[in-house]
Amino acid sequence: MNIQEMILALQKHWSEQNCIIMQAYDVEKGAGTMSPMTLLRSLGPEPWNVAYVEPSRRPDDGRYGENPNRLYQHHQFQVIMKPSPDNIQELYLESLKKLGIDPLKHDIRFVEDNWENPTLGAAGLGWEVWLDGMEITQFTYFQQIGGLEASPVAVELTYGIERLASYIQDKDNVFDLEWTDEVTVHDIFFQPELEHSTYTFEESNTDMLFQLFTMYEQEAKSAMEKGLVFPAYDYVLKCSHTFNLLDAKGVISVTERTGYISRMRNLARSIAKAYVDGREKLGFPMLKEEK
Amino acid sequence: MAKDVIYEIGLEELPARFIDDAEKQLAEKTEVWLKELRISYDSIISFSTPRRLAVLIKEVSEEQTTIEEEAKGPAEKIAKDADGNWTKAAIGFTKGQGKTVDDIFTKEIKGTTYIFVKKRIEGKSSIDLLPDFKVIIESIQFGKNMRWATQTLRYARPIRWLTALYGEEVIPFEVAGVKTGNVTYGHRFLGKKIILKNPGEYQSSLFENYVVADSKEREGLILEGIKQLEEKEGYQIPIDQELLNEVRNLVEFPTVFAGSFEERFLQLPSEVLITSMKEHQRYFPVRAIDGELLPYFVGVRNGNSYALDTVIKGNEKVLHARLSDAQFFYEEDQKQPINHYIKKLERVVFQEKLGTISEKVKRVVNITEQLTKELNMDTEDAAHAVRSAEVCKFDLMTNMVNEFTELQGIIGEKYALRYGEDQTVAKAIREHYLPKQANGNLPQSVAGSIVSIADKLDTIVGCISVGLTPTGSQDPYGLRRQATGILRILKDRQWNISIEKLLDITESLYVTLDIEQGNREQVTKELQEFFKLRAAYLLKEMTIEQDVIQAVLSKEIGLIGYSQAKAGCLSEKRNDDKFKFVQEALVRILNLANKTNQTKIDPSYFETASEKALYEKFQTVSMKYKEAVQSKDAPQALAILSELAESIHEFFEKNMVMAENEELRNNRLSLVNNIAQLIMDYADLTDIEWKQTF
Repeated sequence: MNIQEMILALQKHWSEQNCIIMQAYDVEKGAGTMSPMTLLRSLGPEPWNVAYVEPSRRPDDGRYGENPNRLYQHHQFQVIMKPSPDNIQELYLESLKKLGIDPLKHDIRFVEDNWENPTLGAAGLGWEVWLDGMEITQFTYFQQIGGLEASPVAVELTYGIERLASYIQDKDNVFDLEWTDEVTVHDIFFQPELEHSTYTFEESNTDMLFQLFTMYEQEAKSAMEKGLVFPAYDYVLKCSHTFNLLDAKGVISVTERTGYISRMRNLARSIAKAYVDGREKLGFPMLKEEK
Repeated sequence: MAKDVIYEIGLEELPARFIDDAEKQLAEKTEVWLKELRISYDSIISFSTPRRLAVLIKEVSEEQTTIEEEAKGPAEKIAKDADGNWTKAAIGFTKGQGKTVDDIFTKEIKGTTYIFVKKRIEGKSSIDLLPDFKVIIESIQFGKNMRWATQTLRYARPIRWLTALYGEEVIPFEVAGVKTGNVTYGHRFLGKKIILKNPGEYQSSLFENYVVADSKEREGLILEGIKQLEEKEGYQIPIDQELLNEVRNLVEFPTVFAGSFEERFLQLPSEVLITSMKEHQRYFPVRAIDGELLPYFVGVRNGNSYALDTVIKGNEKVLHARLSDAQFFYEEDQKQPINHYIKKLERVVFQEKLGTISEKVKRVVNITEQLTKELNMDTEDAAHAVRSAEVCKFDLMTNMVNEFTELQGIIGEKYALRYGEDQTVAKAIREHYLPKQANGNLPQSVAGSIVSIADKLDTIVGCISVGLTPTGSQDPYGLRRQATGILRILKDRQWNISIEKLLDITESLYVTLDIEQGNREQVTKELQEFFKLRAAYLLKEMTIEQDVIQAVLSKEIGLIGYSQAKAGCLSEKRNDDKFKFVQEALVRILNLANKTNQTKIDPSYFETASEKALYEKFQTVSMKYKEAVQSKDAPQALAILSELAESIHEFFEKNMVMAENEELRNNRLSLVNNIAQLIMDYADLTDIEWKQTF
């Protein structure tokens, strides 16, 4: 099964479970969780079921396309269901079958793993799902987001697409993976990997990035002052990516690091709160539709 | 007729580390609960797997035990009127108990006679009481709880089914929206939904559906599988009990398998291999009979042996990827000289207010240099210690430690040897992190011990200087553990250097530092108090009494080993009748001391023979005492002080210290003060609660 077929199979499966099939969010981010489709929509009482592929950029993991396992940009298949269904584990295991993974032929386990993202003031409990000893999915019941208690609780499934594909296609090197039968990951992503790594570690304009961080932060604050939650959140994402670029280049000391993270966390918190308040003012419209 | 009862909580996979304790709680709480309910039974058997916690209660009686109680009523004088007839109070009481006045009998309690009736509490049907088990389920404590969906219950993981049977009958109740039934589930993939006909079939029905419900039985199966592999392949597979406990709680039906990795990975440091296998993948490493690591590993599958080859291949692939990464880091790391990493430390902050790790290392080197001088170490030992201090943190900057943080120091030792550092230095890099826990192993090498002390001293003095003193349960930098570590090393080494001297050396470094610090005097006091508490803790661990600890540490901690020896002596003398005579004399001196600050003794003012005798005794005792202190002989020092006792008693008997004549008085007070000072050097004996019989 090539990656494209995997994605289509997952989309079909989760679409059948009444998930909205969303497209990737177009601001750089380190994880699918950071998409507003997850982070903001998981808050508040309104039901929300969604699935999407998210390209995740982690500048620090860039390896000039030389490492068989690490990438500047990898892909996650993200599922959010709120409230968490009682049969969510079964639904998830069904999805593995759709990817051709016969559980009787493998060893599938749920191994405790508690997740935390300090930048977003988010935390959850759950597992990493092991397939014959390999972590293929992060399975999390959100407990807190943006510093707010998650209630009802949303469940998040994050499949590591390249990881899963390397197993399904039995390839040792991520660049050998087939995206389609004719096109490999190498064909599509090798050049960007190399160039992004070069840019991140050698060529990026540090002064400009520091300035951008401050400007994005300022813009997020201004947008918030005008009650514009979604634009403010976009600027927090931009802050986060800019910070990741600076951090990967090693120009942020450990001391400063804590400072930057708490600046972003404070913004995320105020945005989360404003989002829920705003939805409440609207009378939680999606809750009404449900009834 | 008595019937068996089964309660099973079906859960999404519980964290392995919670399972044993949860099963134990369930069994214990069930026992207490049944006792309180007065429901008799034959035995309680508990079970646990990642997906279930259960208790099987054998032979549960149909009813609660019926009991007879004596219900106490009013006093007889209230219950009867002057004519000896029952009063309203008595009638009301009997009615309230469902009895009549004919049932009354009397009993005397503390001189007053009360009326009583015998009351029979009929046992209720068990089936009506068994639903209360809900409370037991909700009361199990886990290390970490969560919420799910719209439920308000906080539990380790979501509850998915509840099985509760009394004989064939379902015990009806509901927890977190889940209703009880007679259904349980087998292994997630190999098993089926099971309709449980009666509790007695619980274990066997699950086994038919690939669930070994008894965790000890799973452990036995794993051990058996491992033993077979050992015999068949000639392996030696050391059993790490902690890993075994975790692995048995990650599976419902264990199947042991062996996989292999490429032999070239064996050149990696064995700690890297073992960490990858044990910590990351939960495999058992495999050794040859001679103890050498072999390129194999042993894992445990949650399932049977069907398609086991696929599972083995998958696991091998994962380990291969991990070890390839490690190999890559290992090779990358070796491309740079040691100085490359030392230089990199300049960019890493140790603590916001305390600067970079590089700056910390410079201080550690400085402290180490001074320690080697204080301890009169020979040139070679000193040079090794200083070199160890210079390089002690370099491995923090390697890829390997970045990936395997738990291997800090261990990787440092390995790499240092490759860089051609002296063996002593390499070992000290690893050992300077010791002891890792309050009672952990101490460094074995001199260099490791010195750098360990220097590194910890710097952290403690640094943190407390900038106001990061631990409070209550908050000790994020582990300062308490580190202070205890310093004391333990000093004691173990019997090094002739006091805590006060060490603090002095370290603090004098901080005085010149360009960082924002608290008031120096205040900080010094805080540091001394901090260490005193740690020293007290250490002495308390040795079962020294609190008052003795306080007496010994009242002046200073000094040499911890010597202070401990003094405490040991006093702890013994505290209950020794023969010491009463001495103790009274010395304490009397201490009680009288400090009435004035006179210390100047002029022998020409002495009037009586007894005060002259005390003065002379004091002079000889002083000399001998100093010698005993020099040789750190705590019992001898105390014995010498004891020699004063007779002269002291005589002195107080025959002299008025507070004489009218001022010069005479001051001279006597000076004598007392001088002796007191000598005693206080040993300990403040007034702090001790003497336990001799009087």
